[in-house]
Amino acid sequence: MSLTAKDMSVVKALWGKISSKVDEIGAEALGRMLVVYPQTKTYFSHWSDLSPGSAQVKKHGKTIMGAVSDAVSKIDDLPAALSQLSELHAYKLRVDPANFKILAHNIIVVTAMLFPADFTPEVHVSLDKFLQNLAWCLAEKYR
Amino acid sequence: MRRSSNQMGPGGVGLWVFKLQTGILILQGSSSSGHAETSKVSNMVEWTEFERATIQDIFSKMDYESVGHNALTRCLVVYPWTQRYFGNFGNLYNAAAIMGNPLVAAHGTVVLHGLDKAVKNMDNIKATYAELSVLHSEKLHVDPDNFRLLADCLTIVVAARLGSGFTPDVQAAFQKFLAVVISALTKQYH
Repeated sequence: MSLTAKDMSVVKALWGKISSKVDEIGAEALGRMLVVYPQTKTYFSHWSDLSPGSAQVKKHGKTIMGAVSDAVSKIDDLPAALSQLSELHAYKLRVDPANFKILAHNIIVVTAMLFPADFTPEVHVSLDKFLQNLAWCLAEKYR
Repeated sequence: MRRSSNQMGPGGVGLWVFKLQTGILILQGSSSSGHAETSKVSNMVEWTEFERATIQDIFSKMDYESVGHNALTRCLVVYPWTQRYFGNFGNLYNAAAIMGNPLVAAHGTVVLHGLDKAVKNMDNIKATYAELSVLHSEKLHVDPDNFRLLADCLTIVVAARLGSGFTPDVQAAFQKFLAVVISALTKQYH
């Protein structure tokens, strides 16, 4: 389900509206994921505090959303934009790609919570497609 | 905390204790039914007080018409292949048409009220939905994966309504509830 020109402009427009809260969205989404899908905690056994709002969760949520924001700016060529991160995830992190869907769901839930008026069904479908494409590119080098 | 491993290092002991505690909880769950047969695992869902209260609270304050309409609309827009089940609903051509379609609005309410059964029978959801499961399988021929898609849309609509009230724990309770409903609705498929 490739991104249409409309999807790309919708996602860029959304990012314009949410850019001030992007770090908060990342932290909240990651924190929620660890609570609602406890199996995802297995990737963070090296952290001391996995609770929502912890310094480690906040920092890592910001890192993740920073990368997502960067992908938005390069939305015309996601495979190229995500090539290095794909290598990182494939050879070093080896996160099961099923978890990308789980995190995407939580990013969407938090976006809906913080921007209920802006997150219309049309915006929702474009963001969902974008995150799916992003996940696909991230898993590109896995095998 | 060390990266977890099979060794009994500090992280390993913590993991072992967690598994032991979980094992004890499972044993307590099955023995509290009063039966002597501890080998039989209870297949009832265990709900905490928080989870029960959360579900009752969310549904007691729910605007069924609005939430049902919005959730079904969102599902039909975000996952357009779900429109295959609504061939007789008329105009579903674009998001605006779907949102304005009175049959979609009415059906959204029907679906949401269908969840009432589970809210009122949280300890027996599987039996409560046996008939509806047969209906969805034998008559409506709905691919059960669609239940998950609609559940996700419902979660997002409720999240948007509750805002900061939709805490991670509330989300976990709500999604667990929907997962149990989906499991029950899928039960009679063969």
